[in-house]
Amino acid sequence: MALLEVKDLNVHYGMIHALKDVSFHVEKGEIVALIGANGAGKTTTLHTVTGLIEASAGSIIYKDQDVTKLPGHKLVPLGMAHVPEGRRVFADMTVLQNLKLGAYTRKNKAEIEESLENVYKRFPRLKERKNQVAGTLSGGEQQMLAMGRALMSKPEIILMDEPSMGLSPILVNEIFDIIKEVNKSGTTVLLVEQNARKALSIADRAYVLETGRVVLDGDAKELMNNEQIRKAYLGE
Amino acid sequence: MKKLTKQQKSNLITLAMVVCFYLICEIFIRTGLMSSHLKGLLVPLTYYAIAAVGLNLCVGILGELSLGHAGFMCIGAFSSSIFSVMTRDALPTVPRFILAFIIGVAMTALLGFLIGIPVLRLNGDYLAIVTLAFGEIIKNILNAVYMGVDDKGLHLSLKDAASMGLDASTGKKIINGAMGITGTPSDSNFTIAIIILLVSLIIVQNLVQSRDGRAIMSIRDNRIAAESTGINVTKYKMLAFTISAAIAGAAGVLFSHNISTLTAQGIYFGYNASIMLLVYVVLGGIGNIRGSVIAAMILYVLPELLRGMDKYRMLIYSIVLIVMMLFNWSPKAIEFRQNHLSKFSKRFRKEAAR
Ligand SMILES: Nc1ncnc2c1ncn2[C@@H]1O[C@H](COP(=O)(O)OP(=O)(O)OP(=O)(O)O)[C@@H](O)[C@H]1O
Ligand SMILES: [Mg+2]
Repeated sequence: MALLEVKDLNVHYGMIHALKDVSFHVEKGEIVALIGANGAGKTTTLHTVTGLIEASAGSIIYKDQDVTKLPGHKLVPLGMAHVPEGRRVFADMTVLQNLKLGAYTRKNKAEIEESLENVYKRFPRLKERKNQVAGTLSGGEQQMLAMGRALMSKPEIILMDEPSMGLSPILVNEIFDIIKEVNKSGTTVLLVEQNARKALSIADRAYVLETGRVVLDGDAKELMNNEQIRKAYLGE
Repeated sequence: MKKLTKQQKSNLITLAMVVCFYLICEIFIRTGLMSSHLKGLLVPLTYYAIAAVGLNLCVGILGELSLGHAGFMCIGAFSSSIFSVMTRDALPTVPRFILAFIIGVAMTALLGFLIGIPVLRLNGDYLAIVTLAFGEIIKNILNAVYMGVDDKGLHLSLKDAASMGLDASTGKKIINGAMGITGTPSDSNFTIAIIILLVSLIIVQNLVQSRDGRAIMSIRDNRIAAESTGINVTKYKMLAFTISAAIAGAAGVLFSHNISTLTAQGIYFGYNASIMLLVYVVLGGIGNIRGSVIAAMILYVLPELLRGMDKYRMLIYSIVLIVMMLFNWSPKAIEFRQNHLSKFSKRFRKEAAR
């Protein structure tokens, strides 16, 4: 059984039919990429899976449990973390306060401290800036903070929405290296990206969304060589 | 002694300031140096400070705009007054006021909760609109309602006093339409008001510092991020808003037990009163609890003291508003204040160490 199984998901925003029968699955230990152009429905998919939006039809099974109707805050204790689009950090709080809030649903102080050390090891820049107000961090640092905060909940699966958005190529490489490391240390990753080349380079499998539908899926390496993908998403 | 954090120190300073203010006022009263006009302002300025603290919890800490806090004061004032008038002859003063206080606060908390259920689940500035309407509705209903008791029980009417059909010998009018409630025992006084202010401050300060408080502030900072870190956004919004309303209700209890005739007039309970509370909060600093207390006290007393100046009154009032704004928000002023205060507290610590 897959760790996360999404079946025939439909989402409406009023009259707009944003997702049409979207199905995909993520196996334990994988990196799965969800790629697509602006407005394809990537964020909508993530928000529905993480319980921020309600689906009008379809089901979401996570760890053999039907979580379709579960509100977002109840998914975090089940080991699902979400790094929202656009670096949503708590701008008025310090880096450390942001990270501590990431462990909001956890109780064990010693374990939280251990996670904090791990996050600092992964993002040394956050440690240097732990008392800086998050709103004054650079874009790349805010992205790191958003990822660090998600890791503080000790997730089994982490869902990331466009971590590369607005970052310089060097920083994008840095962030993607970290995503790979996070995955190697045992966390499953569902990665939403417009930067298809980057996403496919680290993913095991990928799904292509177009106007609310999955139009293509398969092995990431194969998709990288797919004529259609090369034209539409890799700009060749 | 355990080392206090900066925040805890600041909280203690706020409480100490209130206590000092109380002691100074008491000295002036005892020595006969305070005019009776000024004395009459002490309870109102304290309950406005309480209401401002409550509103700041909603606006500054939770980040939701409420334009109906005067309406919550109104609920607290009327519900507690009804109780006090009904039990005026049956209960001694102390338990009567304690019960009236509990009833006033509980009723307000309940209404705050009920309003919150539909509104706080939405995102956007719906709360401002709904609370504005709520305040006006409450005020208008209370202006129209007649209520009385006799040995057969409670009587209500929306028409006039006669149509309640009260028993002529045992009947007692409680709410007389737009004439309001007369004969609420004046059970509140400056000391009680200060105690309630201190309790409200302690409640809000502790909430802000707690885990719940951090959750509430994270919602203000970023709702989606809060939800995705596992915070139950609706629950915490409800919690903060209900407490905020209840504190305004406590101010209302003090209000009605400080005057002999309680009427639901616009100047006390209408939207302009709510906006006046908002002015206290904004000028004291959004999210700055101590600032709310200071701003409410100064801005309430000032126009009263300037009554003699007649035409210049509003001019001076406006200038004070501008000066307070500059003092609170300009970066230079903030810097100056921080340097100044930190020097002061360092010196204080040195002296304490000696
Ligand atoms: N709150 C909303 N109300 C109405 N329509 C919405 C809302 N959010 C998204 N949509 C619409 O749903 C569609 C999918 O949007 P979504 O944000 O999921 O796209 P996306 O793939 O994440 O795009 P991007 O790469 O630009 O972030 C778009 O047509 C968008 O306009
Ligand atoms: Mg998106």
